[in-house]
Amino acid sequence: MAVSLPDLKQVTVDTIAAEVTDKFRNGWRFVTMTCVDKGGAFDLMYHFDKEYKLVTLRIDVPHGQPVPSVSGIYFAAAVIENEIKDMFGMPFTDLAIDFNGRFLLSENAPKAPQCREGSGIDLRMKVPAEAQPAEGK
Amino acid sequence: MAIQSLIPFGPQHPVFPEPIQLRLVLEDEKVVEALPAFGYVHRGLEKIAQQKDILQDVFLVERVCGICSFIHSLTYCRGVETLMGLTVPDRARFLRVVWSEMSRLHSHLLWLGLTADAFGFENLFMQAFRLREKVLDLMEATGGNRVIMSSCCIGGVRRDLTPDLVKMIRTTLDEVERELDPIVVTMRDDYTVQQRTIGVGRLTKEEAYQLGAVGPVARGCGIQMDFRTTGYEAYGELEFKPVVFEGGDCYARCKVRLYEMLQSVALMRAALDKLPEGPLAVPVKGNPDGETISRCEQPRGEVIYYMRANNTRNLERLRIRTPTFANLAPLLKMLPGCQLADVPVIVLAIDPCISCTER
Repeated sequence: MAVSLPDLKQVTVDTIAAEVTDKFRNGWRFVTMTCVDKGGAFDLMYHFDKEYKLVTLRIDVPHGQPVPSVSGIYFAAAVIENEIKDMFGMPFTDLAIDFNGRFLLSENAPKAPQCREGSGIDLRMKVPAEAQPAEGK
Repeated sequence: MAIQSLIPFGPQHPVFPEPIQLRLVLEDEKVVEALPAFGYVHRGLEKIAQQKDILQDVFLVERVCGICSFIHSLTYCRGVETLMGLTVPDRARFLRVVWSEMSRLHSHLLWLGLTADAFGFENLFMQAFRLREKVLDLMEATGGNRVIMSSCCIGGVRRDLTPDLVKMIRTTLDEVERELDPIVVTMRDDYTVQQRTIGVGRLTKEEAYQLGAVGPVARGCGIQMDFRTTGYEAYGELEFKPVVFEGGDCYARCKVRLYEMLQSVALMRAALDKLPEGPLAVPVKGNPDGETISRCEQPRGEVIYYMRANNTRNLERLRIRTPTFANLAPLLKMLPGCQLADVPVIVLAIDPCISCTER
């Protein structure tokens, strides 16, 4: 049976800033964010901690949709939002520090390498059909 | 208005063992702003982890960092064990504590040496590195390698400690403790060390919490936060209380690490005293399914692994948040207002690990 994340709350892109502000006011420590590409949309998770209890806010973001940065609320979010912008090409609005997609990646690096398809090292790793090993070998 | 100048600090700098650049905006000798530039050692390990199977990933995550290698593999294994519903044998839980604390001890001694070198205190640097060799010898004897031990596996541990090895660890710990005492006193009481660290890189308790500081950076600001308090693995069966100091400056961070070294020695002894007999690992059957977050306390603070699995041999997503990554925002807050000469001390006081941070 699949294990689920405990203390997970699904919210929306429109309400995420208000939810994060609420966490700030109630004394939660910003831990990090996690982005997962589901194909066509991202799962974007915000993790908070208080006295060793970890809670997660999750939003569903279609590819290409801008997400409001929470770095104005928690400055620590600026670093991870820049990483997600690099790795997934997710556009964040109002970033406290914007590295413009060059936080971890260099100028000639593949764009959005953590996305599932259509970019990154996946493209470089596709083996042509004629180069595939014959069946039974 | 004073004339501002931009100083690129790094990526190659005598005090940095790893490449990172800080772009420092200065007014005379005073730092008014600091912005980091990364990407010199990014290896795409999270992406690679998704293309290897769950057993191969143990060896991969050990290489996220050459200093806290064991605790990376431990955090990963704990996550997969949660996803697969595995219960680790008691002996393995205690052995994991022994190796975790061994890693912490060698990491803090490395930090001490590098920090002493940054002060220009070369004798202390040599003493710290000489002592660290003894810990590395222990790691080699018990794990097979000086740094990357590969002794943790999904379901338990891969290696055991024989009575001879236990005896060897105890003897070495006695020596390390005996030689650590004067080093701790020197670092704590030396006039020059105090002049270079007291009041430097100050952060209040509230600022550290809001900026997400972890590990000795948070505990040096008076925050009682150490994930070992939750009692994961065998920590709950050993007497553990976090080392906390109130100063909020580089001196307080140094003291946290100094006393944590002595605490690691005590924890290893306690774990060896209570080491139960029994199997080392449970069999691993089936595939992981679902999502989980695994947390452990590394030498630099809390490390977090997010994992999502879909009942195959590969993880759908592995995300690693390392403690240095969490301490970047506090670092950017500490630097403005300091003198240029204090920048190396402030940076080394967070004990940065760039390989971890960039993965």
